Amino acid sequence: MITALELGLIYALVALGVYLTFRILNFPDLTVDGSFTSGAATAAVLIVNGTDPFLASAAAFVVGALAGLITGLLHTKGNINGLLAGILTMIGLYSINLRIMGGANIPLLGEDTLISGLRDVAGSGWTSVLVLVAMALVFKLIIDWFLHTDSGLALQATGDNEQMITSFAVSTDRMKIIGLMISNGLVGLGGAIVAQFQGFADIGMGIGLILVGLASVIVGQAIFGTRVVMQATLAVVLGAVVYRLAIQFALNVGLNPNDMKLMSAVLVVAALLLPQWKGFQRIAQWRKNRTALDAAGDATLTSEAKTHGEKVR
Amino acid sequence: MLNVSEVSKTFFPGTVNERRALDDVNLQLAAGDFVTVIGSNGAGKSTVLNTVAGRITQEKGVVELENRDVSKLKEHQRAAQIGRVFQDPMAGTSPNLTIEQNLSLADRRGYSRGLRLGVTASKRERFAEALKVLELGLEDRLRAKVGLLSGGQRQALSLLMATLSQPKVLLLDEHTAALDPQRAELVTRLTTKIVKEQKLTTLMVTHNMAQALEVGNRLIMMHEGRIILDVSDEEKEKLAPGDLLAEFSKIKGAVVDDKTMLQ
Ligand SMILES: Nc1ncnc2c1ncn2[C@@H]1O[C@H](COP(=O)(O)OP(=O)(O)OP(=O)(O)O)[C@@H](O)[C@H]1O
Ligand SMILES: [Mg+2]
Repeated sequence: MITALELGLIYALVALGVYLTFRILNFPDLTVDGSFTSGAATAAVLIVNGTDPFLASAAAFVVGALAGLITGLLHTKGNINGLLAGILTMIGLYSINLRIMGGANIPLLGEDTLISGLRDVAGSGWTSVLVLVAMALVFKLIIDWFLHTDSGLALQATGDNEQMITSFAVSTDRMKIIGLMISNGLVGLGGAIVAQFQGFADIGMGIGLILVGLASVIVGQAIFGTRVVMQATLAVVLGAVVYRLAIQFALNVGLNPNDMKLMSAVLVVAALLLPQWKGFQRIAQWRKNRTALDAAGDATLTSEAKTHGEKVR
Repeated sequence: MLNVSEVSKTFFPGTVNERRALDDVNLQLAAGDFVTVIGSNGAGKSTVLNTVAGRITQEKGVVELENRDVSKLKEHQRAAQIGRVFQDPMAGTSPNLTIEQNLSLADRRGYSRGLRLGVTASKRERFAEALKVLELGLEDRLRAKVGLLSGGQRQALSLLMATLSQPKVLLLDEHTAALDPQRAELVTRLTTKIVKEQKLTTLMVTHNMAQALEVGNRLIMMHEGRIILDVSDEEKEKLAPGDLLAEFSKIKGAVVDDKTMLQ
């Protein structure tokens, strides 16, 4: 239970990264499968060679961001379809990750890592969970803040209405590249911390990660709502934790770790299909009416406004 | 101020779908000119605006803004000096952002966008003040998402946003066409008011001949990619919708398209 909570909070970084591309930029980015492992590989190699684990993790962020940069350039300057651009980078990274690691696996047992540091300070009980809660919240708050700056608003508008934001002198190419870099930077950092948590980096650890991120985003937002950015990012963090708890539950009832990819896929499918189910729609409608009234503050909700209403974010 | 010279544009050249949208168009606007543009469907009105904005690149000719050749600049680069309102009321705003956030995006046109907060207390006050001009009560709903507004409200907001940071040139492409008559009236009134106050150099496409004659100091008529009529000031004031229709019917085969005629 505590392990699941801790892992969920670490994976919250990944989920926040996926939120930035999928929800904010409306860009289905598959780079993350590769950049997650790149981050883990970079941090592991550096730590084994004696680098401070904080620096090593920061380097993982940078390497992840570079992966995002490549996808962004392929898509914007190369006019390659976004899905394909992500797949190309992801596949290319597989070889690069093997080069970084010099093999398929790097053990970190006995090394000084962020997690060993955490255990020294906070043990492995609720205190360490609290520390990780604080970490996840700090990143959530940084993203909340960023999305409300001039740049962040331009990033949001890029995912919302490209024609409009172009007409206000913003390069949508540039915003997409920035968004992909931050997103993959977070994912790389997530990979680095996961590697330190489990005690090794492995060439296969990023496979299917996109589904983990998506499941967290979709499940979290379905349960906890998306009315404003601050609520949406909190939902994403909680979604990552819920996802880990669900996995833990599945393991407890007898599924084995190899079944987890199928489980992630089923979870995402369920989260996508559930909203189409009538009973669920009624609940959603009820909630939407309530929030719409909150937001409008008066009763000027015309039928027109409803049809052009909010895209669920 | 704005100089469009010898601009031509052909879509799908060399194919069966080849379509000459602009044919050697010459158009000069002095600072403060408010030009209305009329013409049949497919005459090339939107294409002229899109070439000025850089959304479409011409194959021949140059576009100059304040004596500077901007032909090679990308759309977002030219947008630092050009404000636009589109026909579709959904096109000019970001529906998932709030009214104040949309205004903040518009406010930064032409300036760098860094890591300062987009909306601050002082900006909010300024935005509320600007919104009062619209007389729609939007100043009390700064934090409502724009997606919740009606089409007319959104178009009025689009107009305010397009003119908030005083662009050199304002391009309006049938920006009242999708609205009901009452809202269209409101947006037209706001347009003349704002253009006059800020002395904006403006190109406004419209299908409504009465409106084309009523507003602005100059009128051009387009047909098949060419400007076939260009009247200004007193000459324009003497014209009536009937004269424009006569002008239209002089062109054999031109489809007369005037919404006022249908009413
Ligand atoms: N992006 C495009 N691709 C191909 N053809 C285009 C494109 N834009 C315009 N055209 C063609 O160019 C010609 C001029 O179109 P344009 O949109 O400028 O006309 P318009 O005067 O604005 O007409 P309307 O009154 O219908 O808006 C038309 O024949 C149109 O089919
Ligand atoms: Mg048009």
